Amino acid sequence: MALEAVHMPAADATSASPRAPRPVTTESPLVKWLLTAVALAFLAFFLFLPLVAVFAEAFRNGLDAYFAALVEPDALAAIWLTLIVAAISVPLNLVFGLAAAWAIAKHDFKGKSLLLTLIDLPFSVSPVIAGLVFVLLFGAQGYLQPLVAWTGIKIVFAIPGIVLATVFVTLPFVARELIPLMQEQGTGDEEAAVSLGANGWQTFWRVTLPNVKWALLYGVLLCNARAMGEFGAVSVISGKIRGFTNTMPLQIEILYNEYAFSAAFAVSTLLAGLAFVTLGIKAVLEARYAGDIAATGRGRH
Amino acid sequence: MTQALAFKRPSVIPGFGIAFGFTLFYLGAIVLIPLAALILRAAGVGFAEFLTLATDPRVTGALKLSFGASFAAAAINVVFGFLVAWVLVRYDFPGRRLVDAAIDLPFALPTAVAGIALTTLYAPNGWIGSLFTASGPLGFLFGESGLKIAYTPLGIVVALTFVSLPFVVRTVQPVLEEVDIELEQAAATLGANRWQTITRVVLPAIVPALLTGFALALARAVGEYGSVIFIAGNIPYVSEIAPLLIVIRLEEFNYAGATAVAAMMLGISFIMLLVINLIQAWSRRRFGHGA
Amino acid sequence: MPRFRTLALALLVSVGAAMPALAQQTLLNVSYDPTRELYRDYNAAFSKHWQAEGHDAVAVQMSHGGSGAQARTVIDGLDADVVTLALQADIDAIAKATTKIPADWRARLPHNSAPYASTIVFLVRKDNPKGIKDWGDLVKDGVEVITPNPKTSGGARWNYLAAWAYANKAFGNDEAKTKEFVGEIYRHVPVLDTGARGSTTTFVQRGIGDVLLAWENEAFLAIEELGPDQFEIVVPSISILAEPPVALVDGNVDAKGTREVAEAYLNYLYSPEGQTIAAKHFYRPSEPETVTDQALLQRFPDVELVSIDDAQFGGWEKAQPTHFADGGVFDTIFKPAN
Repeated sequence: MALEAVHMPAADATSASPRAPRPVTTESPLVKWLLTAVALAFLAFFLFLPLVAVFAEAFRNGLDAYFAALVEPDALAAIWLTLIVAAISVPLNLVFGLAAAWAIAKHDFKGKSLLLTLIDLPFSVSPVIAGLVFVLLFGAQGYLQPLVAWTGIKIVFAIPGIVLATVFVTLPFVARELIPLMQEQGTGDEEAAVSLGANGWQTFWRVTLPNVKWALLYGVLLCNARAMGEFGAVSVISGKIRGFTNTMPLQIEILYNEYAFSAAFAVSTLLAGLAFVTLGIKAVLEARYAGDIAATGRGRH
Repeated sequence: MTQALAFKRPSVIPGFGIAFGFTLFYLGAIVLIPLAALILRAAGVGFAEFLTLATDPRVTGALKLSFGASFAAAAINVVFGFLVAWVLVRYDFPGRRLVDAAIDLPFALPTAVAGIALTTLYAPNGWIGSLFTASGPLGFLFGESGLKIAYTPLGIVVALTFVSLPFVVRTVQPVLEEVDIELEQAAATLGANRWQTITRVVLPAIVPALLTGFALALARAVGEYGSVIFIAGNIPYVSEIAPLLIVIRLEEFNYAGATAVAAMMLGISFIMLLVINLIQAWSRRRFGHGA
Repeated sequence: MPRFRTLALALLVSVGAAMPALAQQTLLNVSYDPTRELYRDYNAAFSKHWQAEGHDAVAVQMSHGGSGAQARTVIDGLDADVVTLALQADIDAIAKATTKIPADWRARLPHNSAPYASTIVFLVRKDNPKGIKDWGDLVKDGVEVITPNPKTSGGARWNYLAAWAYANKAFGNDEAKTKEFVGEIYRHVPVLDTGARGSTTTFVQRGIGDVLLAWENEAFLAIEELGPDQFEIVVPSISILAEPPVALVDGNVDAKGTREVAEAYLNYLYSPEGQTIAAKHFYRPSEPETVTDQALLQRFPDVELVSIDDAQFGGWEKAQPTHFADGGVFDTIFKPAN
């Protein structure tokens, strides 16, 4: 196949940014304009307008009400708990994602598709069930209840349970972002590095990681977004004790059910603020790797 | 690790043992043991009741709706997600970075908020829904009664498209960023027109990523509950999704029944995902470099 | 990676800090959805009362959710001191699945352990454009009814039973006709939300439907919070006496050493102060004569109320499996006609 050579990243050295004007590899302005318009129209219906609706509701009662909703003690407790849970779950899944991607994309073994499918599985489990399985294991009637009683660690209706459920629902993100890209890139770079005398860690840190930085970033961002936004699984396992085991999504539901619509949406806008975190991290990474690009002569991609 | 090596093709790249071992351990602890508990509990209903459940028209109807709507949503996302990724990677336009950053938000918004926001928009009195009612400006396109979006299966597709939107965009985007411009140049030099270059050079390179995105979007949509119940109408046999049946069983304190429906969904999802992953592995061997 | 270490440390400290707060002597009241406002007031009043009696201050933690889901969390180990749920059946389920509540829990407090009651009324749009006066009007052509799913919402079961009580009386105990009438009501339901407040939102915010079947206290609250000039309450000729029960979770209070304060917490619900707070939040007090502000009672319209213990239902022990279990009467309503 002519495509055999498509992704030899080592051959990328001379290519420049894809956005530079390049007549033979881009479309006519009209096509460009049209495609952009269609893409934005799709996003308008399915992304921007829902977001506008959230913000419109949040500010319906004015700025004062907006900020009052955010500094309410129960809301603060929920925000803090959400941050803790995400700060534990995301790094765990990051390490898992890197290990799984390394094993699957850089090596060849039997049963790879099966392993991949097992990694995908948590997505297809309904969130309510994702929470329930841990109740079935660690709850008062659970299969591992004796273990819980013996160690004396509270799992369900406490932080460990919330973390477990969150790790479960966000497990595939980092792995699934990395694997297609790392498979696409092949093993040429790593083989070259190893044959030049690099050990495993050096190869990983200096060759593989820079190659996958964008996929890694997207994986972490998605994982974090979902970890902070997860409702169903957490609602089953949290016990919903106000001010103690309520995460932000649970607090939002409570506010909504109290007819405090604009307060509910106000807390939601904090989660929408994650977009700005994304924006910031991307800018920082781009600036950071701009230096590397100059030093190594490697292209942005 | 000799056992692990027996089924593995030799490679100079180190670290397989530890990476593979950790992957299995973590997957086992977080996913497989809990799911085993689920299956164990579901087995409590016994084979006869499981069969009754699996053939109950209400259950099969809900499963059909859940998987059908999810399939539609994932298909919509493959087409438009690819387009969005393409536009974000290849073109520049005002606000591109902001649009790019907003792509992940459907995950960050709690599903209930998403459901409420979407219902606000797509209900007959909402900004978008009102366009399609009988008296709305676009309603005539859909016959006398207009088009009802919220509280119909169509509304379910809308909600599922929203909650699974980031998958295709975010799996295609990094691969698209890696696609070598030189190859496109080479193709163009060799006389291929732009359409041929894209369909024969670019597309094959991103097909695995597209399939991954499709599989993930499908999987996510099938299990979705929180956003759908606000917009679905939840009428049995019409707009009742399978996860709602699970919740109903739980309300009856019928854990076995709930886990049985969940196990059924899990089984179907597992087979679907496995098939997609096998197709993907095959297409990679066929078109990409045989990893 | 010093930054990571600092973060990890900060996390450990914060998790550690959260633990003693949970371990303090506090009460946990696991309740259902529409009682948020009621218990917010009541908890403040009770803490004051408890301290005035010479005890240490007590903090009451609240957990709200769907009544059935809340019962499940207690079964699965949430250490509630007291449960205040929507249905007797939900507390029965806890008593049955665990040994934490004795089977005869209803007899331990006055009025079958129900310190307050409510009933089901109609919420209609301003000036009642469809002229809805009673249950019979719900099945008229073109009338859309909003009610949540009895399978997922405790409150919705009372709606269903109230309709049943009307039909049972109207058709003189003819079960087939009663069933047909109740089924007809649900065929007028365009959106079957999973919870009571979801239905309120569908009716009020989305403008769907002509009449909302709601708890009396929810209907009053909806008018108060969402638009006094947009909706009206219609009281039907007959309705159900909905008695949300409360119970002490013996197994938990004995393990935690909170029995005394938990018992006092429930008993205080029957005090004049407790009854007045209930009335303030539109719950009908079980001992109305003790309410300190009798004007509060004027707000409750007179209506014929049928109890769940009436012969046509035979108590929750019978009504629950007959009507709401898997394959019960409710499930047959939506079966497509073959």
